[in-house]
Amino acid sequence: MKLEIKGLTKRFGSFTANDHIDLTVEPGEIHCLLGENGAGKSTLMNMLYGLLDPTEGEIVADGTPVTFATPGEAIDAGIGMVHQHFMLVPVFTVAENVMLGREQTRGAGVLDRRAASRLVRELSDRYGLAVDPDALVEDLPVGVQQRVEILKALANDAKVLILDEPTAVLTPQEIDELMGIMRGLKEQGTSIIFITHKLREVKAIGDRISVIRRGKVVGTAQPSASEAELAELMVGRSVQLTVDKAAPTAGDVVLEARHVSVVDPRGHLVVKDVSFEARGGEVLGIAGVQGNGQTELIKSLLGLVRPDAGQIFVEGRDISRHGPRQSLEEGIGYVPEDRSHDGFVGSFSVRENLVLDLFRNDEFSRGPVLRRDAIEANARHRIEEFDIRTETMETPVASLSGGNQQKVVVAREFSRPLKVLIASQPTRGVDVGSIEFIHKRIVAERDRGTAVIIVSTELDEIYALSDRIAVMYDGRIVGTVDPSIPREEIGLMMAGASTPAAANGGAA
Amino acid sequence: MTTTTEAPAAAPEPQVRDRADVRRQVRLVITFAVVLAALVAFALLIEDPKFTYLLGEKRTAEFVPKDGNATYISWGAVAIAAAALVLAALDRFPRGWKGALLGVLVGLAFYAGFLMWAYTDQGEGGFQAFIANPIPGTIRIATPLVLGALAGCLCERAGVINIAIEAQFLSGAFFASVFSSVAYSSLVFIPVGLCAAFGLLGGVVAGVLIAAMLGWFALRYHVNQVVLGVVLVAFATGLTSFLLGQIPSEHKETLNDPQVLEKIEIPVLADIPVVGDALFNQTLLVYLMYASVALVSFLLFQTRWGLRVRAVGEHPKAADTVGIKVDRVRWQAVLLGGVFAGLGGAYYTVGSTGAFDREVSAGTGFIALAAVIMGRWHPVGATFAAVFFGFMWNLQNQLSFVQPVPGELLGAAPYLATIIAVAGFVGRVRPPAADGEPYVKG
Repeated sequence: MKLEIKGLTKRFGSFTANDHIDLTVEPGEIHCLLGENGAGKSTLMNMLYGLLDPTEGEIVADGTPVTFATPGEAIDAGIGMVHQHFMLVPVFTVAENVMLGREQTRGAGVLDRRAASRLVRELSDRYGLAVDPDALVEDLPVGVQQRVEILKALANDAKVLILDEPTAVLTPQEIDELMGIMRGLKEQGTSIIFITHKLREVKAIGDRISVIRRGKVVGTAQPSASEAELAELMVGRSVQLTVDKAAPTAGDVVLEARHVSVVDPRGHLVVKDVSFEARGGEVLGIAGVQGNGQTELIKSLLGLVRPDAGQIFVEGRDISRHGPRQSLEEGIGYVPEDRSHDGFVGSFSVRENLVLDLFRNDEFSRGPVLRRDAIEANARHRIEEFDIRTETMETPVASLSGGNQQKVVVAREFSRPLKVLIASQPTRGVDVGSIEFIHKRIVAERDRGTAVIIVSTELDEIYALSDRIAVMYDGRIVGTVDPSIPREEIGLMMAGASTPAAANGGAA
Repeated sequence: MTTTTEAPAAAPEPQVRDRADVRRQVRLVITFAVVLAALVAFALLIEDPKFTYLLGEKRTAEFVPKDGNATYISWGAVAIAAAALVLAALDRFPRGWKGALLGVLVGLAFYAGFLMWAYTDQGEGGFQAFIANPIPGTIRIATPLVLGALAGCLCERAGVINIAIEAQFLSGAFFASVFSSVAYSSLVFIPVGLCAAFGLLGGVVAGVLIAAMLGWFALRYHVNQVVLGVVLVAFATGLTSFLLGQIPSEHKETLNDPQVLEKIEIPVLADIPVVGDALFNQTLLVYLMYASVALVSFLLFQTRWGLRVRAVGEHPKAADTVGIKVDRVRWQAVLLGGVFAGLGGAYYTVGSTGAFDREVSAGTGFIALAAVIMGRWHPVGATFAAVFFGFMWNLQNQLSFVQPVPGELLGAAPYLATIIAVAGFVGRVRPPAADGEPYVKG
């Protein structure tokens, strides 16, 4: 199917999310849509999929204009979508998820589960997507869940498949597999719209690249374009893709975890006997695919969950039984992975959020009374120092952009004297300009002698910042390696292989 | 590259026991130890092990009291509890349905041991109490509970919390009475035999109307569903009391003197000893209740509609993205729930005693809600939970004649038994993921 988007525009009030976008997807083409978070890629795709109504413009499929009021109409027209957050019902089986909305029945509305399983099996054979149709989705690893999403679209005879940031949750090996699947689909004539902000991927798979910035298509490029060119097109100015940092001067061990294990509320052992050390003046990167125990490990370091076994020491003192407040007072800074949930109070102003964990200090309060002048002075100072783009210090944090929200969190955590800085996904959903800035500040904090622990699922970020890399898989640290090790090897470790290189790594 | 990744080389699995698992064992051991101690005490306190029992609910020509000996029953119950305690202490207590079964067995053993103690040593020449068949009374109390719980299952599986079952009971009871009375006194074209059944229709209409109010405010205006449910209960209580007060006494026969459903005996099945008469010589409403359980289970788990209901209750956005109209499916589930809850309400008038009285359902709508949760949002589970509550309630009624049991303890007995039963039903209770959350597109 040839899909043309002509002058598509979406306005939310005074804000224009998509501004007269023109795009053509040829049959059997992998068309990459490259853009930063918040550039308007998802808005565009949601219009294409019937989830949002366009304000202006039209969609043309094989020469006839079409409108989609609901996703159902888009599906009928042959458009399938794999959402960034999977649209799967966790307590249903694979077959049930695939059949949902297009159920096979034996008449009178009675489900024909056997026919549904058969269809799933057929499709998985035809496209090489191995899935057990009778497995419960919640028991499947994310890579397989994604396959189920693709199968869902294929079961509805999708001729245009939209993949929205499909690689965010995958290991490098799974990304390779996904690309193999995409090539296979392309050979069978399916067009693919591949949305991403990762330059490496568009170069590896794209037939054509459209770059979108602030709601506008700012250019198209060939996959042969260099990463620097693509990045410049995406951000609108030249970008430094690496972080300048001097060699580390590793000091004493500041934080040490010994045999830490954590059981999650569902009763699964999610952190399994993890031991590591973080030294002052050094960045320890914790790499791994999402959901391999990093979140729980970090929470246990901070006292948000109590480890079910093992101890955690800061400068030799056992803090395993501390709550978060005691841990913060111990000198741990924390940039949480989900900032809107754990990092700030959205309806509070920038000024208030900048002292969320500092207001007890004598500097900001006298007894039970807050010292407004000191808090305002602090806000003025931090907003300037961290280049937080906000109208006033009274603006609620929820109305800032993702990058500026993250800067508020970072600014607050960095305004205390720290012994340990724990930053989880510090640049997730943050624009490239802010990424550069946050990375620089993290390196500066390291150079002041703080022990820094970075948790990231983005290998680029791990490589850019780390002086040592610990790789987590299935709740364990499978190895601690030097950043000079090639990506492929780390990729293998992220899938559970423990490599010989792990032996060189030191403190694991 | 193949599609699966290798598992890591077998690192020694660290032996960390799940804290929840330890808690489960501790809970089981404590519960069974308490049960065992109580049973031993009951067994030892019996001086004269003679008691009388009755296979029916009342003494009739058919059912004559017989004598029994408590010794074996009491000590058998002790043996069962002891076995369960040993299994739990060794961490060998089974999981899943076997565990549930064993838990129920211990509960029954406790019941038996307790009854033996309660009914023996009644004193010579004093009041003669005999153990009556608990099944008829249980069915009587459980019928509306089961119907209400089915309504709760349907709503909550679709993601709408229904606290208003009690409201549906009350209005269903009231309008069932009114419909039946009017049919008998004024609508001559309705045969007398069908007047009571016509009352059921009134219950259904009222239940669906309350459901429509629930749907209107919850789905259209996204009102907090817990608050909404409580308000609807207050509304229905006030409205039915008001309307009852408005009926002048001279019109009582025409408006609030319903025909009551008559018992229908099912041949053969009704002749099964002990249970037959209780289960299969019942009113139309009770048979409807049996059918409803099967129907709701079938609808929810075997049909296209049920799959969609469960999808909108678990992950409405996922349902929306495959073209399912979330609010429409929720409306259907809520309204269908109203049918069952209205039938449950009708039980309190045309299904049993007759005329409507103020707050005739006495808070049982909330017990039905508890049954939904204890039954883990599954119609069959909720039915078992409702029957269990009915059983305990009935026990409380029967025991109020018996000597050694203080009344205060009796009041607590149903809840005590609930705790014991729940200890066997260990497992995490997980409601539908989107329960109570309005779906907003975008």
